[in-house]
Amino acid sequence: MELLIGQMFAGLSLGSVLLLAALGLSLTFGQMGVINMAHGEFMMAGAYTAFVVQQAISDAGASLLVSIPAGFLVGGVLGLVLEAVLLRRMYHRPLDTLLVTFGVALILQQAARDIFGAPSVDVRAPAWLQGNIELLGAPIPLTRLFILGLSLLCLAGLVLLLKATPLGRRIRAVVLNRDLAETSGVSTRRSDQLTFFIGSGLAGIAGVAVTLIGSTSPYLGTNYIVDAFLVVVAGGIGQIKGAVIAAFALGVLQSVFEYSTTASIGKVLILIVIVVFLQLRPQGIFSLITRSLA
Amino acid sequence: MRVTVTKRAFLPLAAAAMATVLAGCGSQIADPASAGSTASSGTSCVNTSGSSIKVGFINSLSGTMAISESTVFDSLSLAAEEINASGGVLGKQLEVISEDGASEPTKFAERAGKLIQQDCTAAVFGGWTSSSRKAMLPVFEANDALLFYPVQYEGLESSKNIFYTGATTNQQIIPALDYLAEQGTKSLFLVGSDYVFPRTANKIIQAYAAAKGIEILGEEYAPLGSTEFSTIVNKVRDSKADAVFNTLNGDSNVAFFRQYKSVGLTADSMPVVSVSIAEEEVPGVGLDNVQGQLTAWDYYQTLDTPANKKFVAAFKAKFGADRVTSDPMEAAYTSLYLWKAMVEKAASFDVDKVQAAADGVTFEAPEGLVTVNGDNNHITKTPRIGKINADGLIDTVWSSPAAVEPDPFLATYDWAKDLAK
Repeated sequence: MELLIGQMFAGLSLGSVLLLAALGLSLTFGQMGVINMAHGEFMMAGAYTAFVVQQAISDAGASLLVSIPAGFLVGGVLGLVLEAVLLRRMYHRPLDTLLVTFGVALILQQAARDIFGAPSVDVRAPAWLQGNIELLGAPIPLTRLFILGLSLLCLAGLVLLLKATPLGRRIRAVVLNRDLAETSGVSTRRSDQLTFFIGSGLAGIAGVAVTLIGSTSPYLGTNYIVDAFLVVVAGGIGQIKGAVIAAFALGVLQSVFEYSTTASIGKVLILIVIVVFLQLRPQGIFSLITRSLA
Repeated sequence: MRVTVTKRAFLPLAAAAMATVLAGCGSQIADPASAGSTASSGTSCVNTSGSSIKVGFINSLSGTMAISESTVFDSLSLAAEEINASGGVLGKQLEVISEDGASEPTKFAERAGKLIQQDCTAAVFGGWTSSSRKAMLPVFEANDALLFYPVQYEGLESSKNIFYTGATTNQQIIPALDYLAEQGTKSLFLVGSDYVFPRTANKIIQAYAAAKGIEILGEEYAPLGSTEFSTIVNKVRDSKADAVFNTLNGDSNVAFFRQYKSVGLTADSMPVVSVSIAEEEVPGVGLDNVQGQLTAWDYYQTLDTPANKKFVAAFKAKFGADRVTSDPMEAAYTSLYLWKAMVEKAASFDVDKVQAAADGVTFEAPEGLVTVNGDNNHITKTPRIGKINADGLIDTVWSSPAAVEPDPFLATYDWAKDLAK
């Protein structure tokens, strides 16, 4: 029982990390068709933001709370620059964006090595996040609980933004039919920029969150990028609700597989499940119904 | 701060590399006579006629391994500087030619070939990963040249062209198990990265445990670089083992120790013995997360020997007070002095003569007196169990009463009979 709860929570918390990593990607890849291989490096930038903030504010609790908006800004601005300098020249050319953003990812990794050094740096977790609470005898780590809460909060914020604000309506209009939106007076240029800012900013927040569980190193992003793409593709491109279901389903499945086999075999089984699933449902859990001609 | 060191090392390096390509070409054409003067070894082109002698350093100064291997480069440079200041080897100053293995085994093999054939170095020092060593081995054997390899490894190897100055399994893993058994450990959980070294190490641990009545309650591997340990720490916690034997590599340690602590496991409730966390790695893992945990090495910066005090002081004077020394760095430093002692005993730089003279050569190293075993080209070392203290340094909590003879094939252990096959 104790172990069952522990494992269920491990699955949920893994799902919440996947969701955080994939949420921004679901926006930039799903809605804009840009394969952003630098998304993981935007996470890394968020993680190093947490480190820098902690140098300035030594109280780990306060620095974590400041890091979250700061990470959002840093990730967002990096995304904005990437969009303005490179990506806006290659919408509708997803393979080109893959190559270009892969190059940007390498540049950002090297920049991190030059600025912060190759060894990983230590971002301390605040005292109130150390330890765990007991749920029917199973230890529930507070850091993982915090990340679960944070990812749900980001999700709620994003959904609210897309569904209930004029900006959200414009973004959705551009996704559904870019030309018609343009003709209707929506500035697709501005909408692209904002979408990219928010998507990349979410990567920054994800980066701040994962400093609580792992190492903060130049390679941080490479650990998450593949899983994040898996979530977005399995969930259905451009579908936030698909990404949510896919993230938690993959998290729980992975923890079940990993528990009953080993970490490496678990990873293989997950990939097999996804391949089989995409054979049956190539469009993912949900698919976007658009009125555009493409 | 590390960045500046690497950069500082890199610039002269790039210049040296270019210069040596030019010089190398020149010398091969210009002095066949001096090549002939190096006596018996037909293929060697080592020039012993001048006032200096060339040696090669080969380490990853770029790529993922640079973080670790640049520290070995630093301590090798210190040893070369000290040897030159005290009059060199057989009266000749050391001229160091450094090559970047770039964290790629094939690059190591190619650059090692260049150091031997083109630069005509008398011996080569460096290498870290087992894959880089395995890649270089045939190059050194084919050219009958010498490599000094400074890192603890999984054993089961012996070449007359390689001197192994890091620990082999019976100088690190087995003493760590002996220590745990002595402390009353009846059950163990094994956690490692999924590649050669942890799997080989765990095979040895399984055989040891079977012979000594220690129960292995679980054996889990995480993919290299993995940061997700929820399930593994749940399994570890549920096993209620007496201790954990950790062969994780690199950054996975950070994630593992953080998540280990977050499910309520501590050094008191379930100690972890690690074989790949040294002084260098502690800040990155976070002192909070590993303080009080155990390590198994042969050298710690805190060792109270005159040779070590001198080594640490010299290292900090050269590279900065905030730098620390570690086991592989010490083994690399020692390797250059061992070669010097071998050459002086042989009274020649000739590889055959140095090999013949190697057996029994000693050096008063920072870790204590080490002796070369000519049968397997490993050295005697003193295994030590350490505990990570509040400063991030490692205190010795147990030390072997005497230096341990190297036994790379575990031939002297009955329970290991099946492993060496």
